[in-house]
Amino acid sequence: MTSINKDPILVVVQLTGGNDYMNTVIPYENPLYYDNRTTVGIAQEDVLPIGQGLAFNPALSGIKNLYDQGKVALINGIGYPTPNRSHFRSMDIWHTCEPEKVGDEGWLGRAIRDLDPKAENVLTGVNFGRGLPRAMALTGVPVASVAVLETYGVLTGITPESERTQALDLFSRMYSPIAGTGHVMDYLGSTGLDALKGADILKTVPDLYQSSVEYNDSVIGRNLKGIAKVLTAKLGTRIFYTQQPGYDTHANQAPTHKALLESLSLAINDFYEDLREHNTSENVLIYLFTEFGRRVRDNGSGTDHGAGGLAMAIGDPVKGGIYSEYPSLAVGDLEEGDLKHNFDFRGAYGTVAEKWLGLDATTIVGGKFEQLDFV
Amino acid sequence: MAGTDRALMAHLLRRSGFGATFQELDRYCELGYEAAVEEILHPEQQPGIEEDVLERYFVDWKESRNIEAAMTEFVYRMNVYAGSRPLQEKIALFWHGVFATGLAKVLHEKTLLNQIDMFREDGLNNFRDLLLGLAKDPAMIFWLDNNFNHKGAPNENWGRELLELFSMGVGMDGKENYTEEDVKEAARAFTGWTIDDDNVTSLPFGKIPWLFRYVPEDHDDDEKTFQGETGNFNGEDIIDIIVKQPATARFISRHLYNFFVADEPQVPSWQHTPPGNLELIKILEDEYFSSNYNIRSMLRVLFNSDHFKSQEARFAKVKSPAEVVVGTLHLLGDFKFPKRTIFETALGCRYMGQDLLNPPSVEGWHTGEEWIDSGSLVERVNFVADQVGNINQPGVRAMVDALLSLATELDPLSIIDGCLELMGHVQLHEKNKEHLAAQIRTMLDQHSAFVAGSPEDIESAEKTILHTMKMIGSTREYQFA
Repeated sequence: MTSINKDPILVVVQLTGGNDYMNTVIPYENPLYYDNRTTVGIAQEDVLPIGQGLAFNPALSGIKNLYDQGKVALINGIGYPTPNRSHFRSMDIWHTCEPEKVGDEGWLGRAIRDLDPKAENVLTGVNFGRGLPRAMALTGVPVASVAVLETYGVLTGITPESERTQALDLFSRMYSPIAGTGHVMDYLGSTGLDALKGADILKTVPDLYQSSVEYNDSVIGRNLKGIAKVLTAKLGTRIFYTQQPGYDTHANQAPTHKALLESLSLAINDFYEDLREHNTSENVLIYLFTEFGRRVRDNGSGTDHGAGGLAMAIGDPVKGGIYSEYPSLAVGDLEEGDLKHNFDFRGAYGTVAEKWLGLDATTIVGGKFEQLDFV
Repeated sequence: MAGTDRALMAHLLRRSGFGATFQELDRYCELGYEAAVEEILHPEQQPGIEEDVLERYFVDWKESRNIEAAMTEFVYRMNVYAGSRPLQEKIALFWHGVFATGLAKVLHEKTLLNQIDMFREDGLNNFRDLLLGLAKDPAMIFWLDNNFNHKGAPNENWGRELLELFSMGVGMDGKENYTEEDVKEAARAFTGWTIDDDNVTSLPFGKIPWLFRYVPEDHDDDEKTFQGETGNFNGEDIIDIIVKQPATARFISRHLYNFFVADEPQVPSWQHTPPGNLELIKILEDEYFSSNYNIRSMLRVLFNSDHFKSQEARFAKVKSPAEVVVGTLHLLGDFKFPKRTIFETALGCRYMGQDLLNPPSVEGWHTGEEWIDSGSLVERVNFVADQVGNINQPGVRAMVDALLSLATELDPLSIIDGCLELMGHVQLHEKNKEHLAAQIRTMLDQHSAFVAGSPEDIESAEKTILHTMKMIGSTREYQFA
């Protein structure tokens, strides 16, 4: 059904800080889980079972609800060889698909380039948040980075609006090409004009949006609502990106992690409902990932940086279920005290790029990797 | 007022610091170029800030509890010293880019800020001593796992990056500078170089500082062969061998050139890409050896070189986010003491793509035009326009007053030229000047000049000047240092 879709849309949600896989999808029938999670473990009677000895964290009732409708794919044990436990480096690897060397091209940057090779639409990729994630960075690929939709734009500090209009007019003149000033000036010029064009189009979005869905108030809720506004305005955006920070739960994990998952689950649910209300849920695949899972054994208050983690694909186009295997918790199977990854993340990206966006996965993830059938 | 000299002086201060206010330029111009260079090269002889007063009012300011607070401390210091000791801060920023160490892993703000302090204090001195300080720096030891580098079980992370990123570089002139064997042997020589407490947990009185500790019984004292020399080397011996290599002279010279003179291709390509100006690089390499690895001497030669002073070198660099933020703050003359808004202001660096104290990797940030994407450019433009458009900032007030005092009648072009000069001798392309002048003319209601006389006249004049400064701060040209 979804394969006939003309303009599939991807929404990537980054759980920043290293989401604790073992407390998100809990192997609640495994005594080793409780042996290792003496402080932060979730009691057997509280979890939300989904079969195969696994269960969702009770804070994820919204996502569990979508799972029961067959709209959530869990990708277990996702990671890459020789895991790196630095947030930045590991996040970088997830962003660039380059575990060996430091890469500067983002996989979504390459996807945006392939979707819109002539960069005809400056809004093919839109990030909600400040600062461009490396995943979307690729020289020559314009991406709009929006902190708050309502106040987004160039020279927003200039008031009244009539003066700002004049200032923007001057801005566009001063960013227009001037022959012979060199390629850095040219690059700055086209980047500035792209930013201006994107801001101009996005300006119209808030007025167009109407919805009966009231989003739960949280960072991720606000960002997904912003995405819903742009998405339903049909500006041709194909890839959205946003993040939910705060998953670095070294200490005091129990209440922090619960609150994060709760707001995530509510936001995803609200977003999905919003898409349904706008008859566009069949068009949208949501993909959640994090830079790593956390140590198997808790540290008496929280959990430290680990390896093998979890990704999820959510939405109408998704064939729900449990994919790949949950890594073994047995001491002999761990790698430096961490879960051993058993599915390469580039295979999951490849699945999304090829089976959902209809692109050649090899160039986007930098090689051929085993794909899954969640689309 | 010799215009050319002022423009050159402004160039010197943009590179050796974060730009200069017009009052500072007056003083430097009186000193003359070479004396100014000399003064800049000796920040330790210039007045410091009253840190004891700061500590009295801001008890916790050095005990930052999170990344954002640590970044704010860094930006705040760069800003308060930008006037009196510009190079002290610029060299700290330089070494932070080369010896990029990140809180994402170190998780100990005070320890990493101590590393930056080391760059402030020793960053202009002997490179050998600096490298040794780095090898003993607790943040670096933890960042590159040298605390896991044991006798009989070496961890090569530090040994490798010391060679690849901190001293010699992978290769030059198409050749490789060291072998895998060199990496292994260097790592062995640094076994037993560790820290005494890598516990990052908060304790009742904050985090316990980490200290360097040498553990002789964990040191591999057997024979090693490194760069063709054989002996029972310890870490210091390795550093002694490293600093005598021509590759190290080249690598450090290129870094200085890339940071202080003109944007070069990204560091990983240096093995195969020759320097943009081989002549100046050679001069710097010679000075490296003849001065016994003294960074201050190398910078003296650099700042006094014809190439540095030439038109070609002006505006040949895209400002880093830290340069945009600190350079703009310096123009404002604000934040003599920290106040609430410094926090959000400092975070501007992050929004523009430079998360200070948290580089993307040990390779630091990609620089030059790679600072720019549509998101980061919008952040730059809005940041600068918002800051310089605020007449309540003492520095902005002073610039407006200076311009108003020049004459009672100003035509659009002299307003523009005046603003460009006051904002640090920014150069605007003629075409863009025309565009800007046309708008000012419209603002002035088609009058070619305004007379500053009545309060209304003055208000309208001020408004025009502020608008002009905002627009200059929004240009492409303003992105260049």
